Amino acid sequence: MSPDHWLIAPVLLPFAAGIALLAAGRLGLGFQRKLGLAAAAAGLALAAKLLLAASGGDIATYALGGWPAPFGIGLVLDRLGALMLAVAAAIALGALAHACTRGDDAHGAFFHPLFQFQLMGLNGAFLTGDLFNLFVFFEVLLIASYGLQLHGGGARRARAGLRYVVLNLLGSALFLIALGTLYGIAGTLNLADLAVRFAALEASQRIPLEAAAGLLLVVFGLKAALAPLHLWLPETYARAPGAVAALFAVMTKVGAYAILRVFPLGFGPDANPVAPWLLPLALATHALGVIGALAAAELRRLLAWLVVASVGTLLAAVGLFSEAGIAAALVYLVHSSLIAAGLFLLADLLGGQRGPAGDALHPAPPLAQASRLGALFVLGAVAVAGLPPLSGFTGKLLVLQAFEGSPALAWGWGILLGASIVVVIALARAGSALFWHTEAAPPVAPPLPWRACTPTAALLAAGPLLALAAAPLADYAQAAARQLLDAPAYVDAVLATPR
Amino acid sequence: MEMLFSLTVGVLSACGVFLVLRARTFAVVLGLTLLSYAVNLFLFAAGRLASGAAPIIRGPGPYADPLPQALVLTAIVIGFGMTAFLVVLALRLRAETGHDHVDAREDA
Repeated sequence: MSPDHWLIAPVLLPFAAGIALLAAGRLGLGFQRKLGLAAAAAGLALAAKLLLAASGGDIATYALGGWPAPFGIGLVLDRLGALMLAVAAAIALGALAHACTRGDDAHGAFFHPLFQFQLMGLNGAFLTGDLFNLFVFFEVLLIASYGLQLHGGGARRARAGLRYVVLNLLGSALFLIALGTLYGIAGTLNLADLAVRFAALEASQRIPLEAAAGLLLVVFGLKAALAPLHLWLPETYARAPGAVAALFAVMTKVGAYAILRVFPLGFGPDANPVAPWLLPLALATHALGVIGALAAAELRRLLAWLVVASVGTLLAAVGLFSEAGIAAALVYLVHSSLIAAGLFLLADLLGGQRGPAGDALHPAPPLAQASRLGALFVLGAVAVAGLPPLSGFTGKLLVLQAFEGSPALAWGWGILLGASIVVVIALARAGSALFWHTEAAPPVAPPLPWRACTPTAALLAAGPLLALAAAPLADYAQAAARQLLDAPAYVDAVLATPR
Repeated sequence: MEMLFSLTVGVLSACGVFLVLRARTFAVVLGLTLLSYAVNLFLFAAGRLASGAAPIIRGPGPYADPLPQALVLTAIVIGFGMTAFLVVLALRLRAETGHDHVDAREDA
């Protein structure tokens, strides 16, 4: 059987595009935009192809250089990985189109190459079957994100950036310590091989293993903004350029993805050492995120806190470590990433229309197109708050259903439902401040052309579209969850890689 | 050798953590550097400590585990790049805000 080279294309395509864009720096912004958008569109088509291939249920593997697992560096594509690739590609295309129409990319050099390298890191993290390569792809996406976060400059952005970089470097150090411990115990870092060797460990050897698992939870929790490691997120996201904040909406999900990928597989469903921790921490994250949203004085900061809250919902469902829980988490993940990205783009549009006030939630000159932007805001707000009939409702409903039979039912339902009301209040307050509490003055900014609103509208259209496609999405998520919990099938597929 | 090695890793990490918690960017950069030294040594030790052992199989043993050496090499390169970036960022912050406090107030 010849290896399926398509599997490595999601890493190579942005890599090649990024290098070409570096070389094409002198050819002008127009050419860079065309090339970047073409690469992002091709990435979306590629992700759709891989999603279709993975939906059959086969676990595809790719051995780089023909070195068989567990010795070589392997890529693995299953339903979960394909879903993440598709979400990342969709958001990347929307964010890049927005950056090109709004001119975010003109505020400094290297926006387009960095954007592609960030995509490469994201795609690699979703495809790798090896913990050390997960670390390497994390670093690739992080260093690109440092550059993007600082893009355009400014003192406030630089200050937020420094904290973000230092925290993530600490996270990387902890990640390496965890990897060293795991390698010291098992002598391998291939996920499938780790699963086999951990199952054969004696009880006394499990103590350092649990320490390493705890360190990994800290590292992934930091990336995902799990409380109490969430404090970096609001400042970083609120200060990043609009299109970059939208792309970052998928970056927190990388942490959640890593938790999903590593713990059920590596440590088994029965002896999962992080299971008692994840659910309470996730519920605390959700509560803190919602409180932060209520206190936010700017729309971007409010949205950043809502990202924290959505991570809480997502990881609470993951923390059940049941098939229903993981399936619900995946449905919610698709919805929350797309809608959060759309709302960040909308906040960027709104901020540009209100003169010096930007997206601050206090009176400012009225908007030139209050009804069009207001309709988009309502669409996003209804979806993100989890009100029917949009996608947030189906996602949240599945998460609530997954709590059935769990001892944490009362806590889970109480916090998730109680917080929904607070989110509605926070969004209603923000909406009335932005659209109704205006100064008696003419609009300061010219109306936006349709072209400028299209990427935002396309991402926010995920709200109604995902609600319409709720049944196929839920079926896919269910199948992905079943595949994820079937560790022996994964191990067989990876360790029997044909050369 | 194990005792000396683990003490070195421990002292390096302790100094690194202490420095990372300081208020000025220079100390933080130094702290992260020390921490990455500690991490690299720790990774290296994950393949078990041996002296006078070749990592490439040729003739009779004993052999050292080559994989942690490759991992450390990768980690060193990444750590080096990140440190360089952090130094530039700290300098930029100093230029933009006029001071080098990590945790300064918004209006400071």
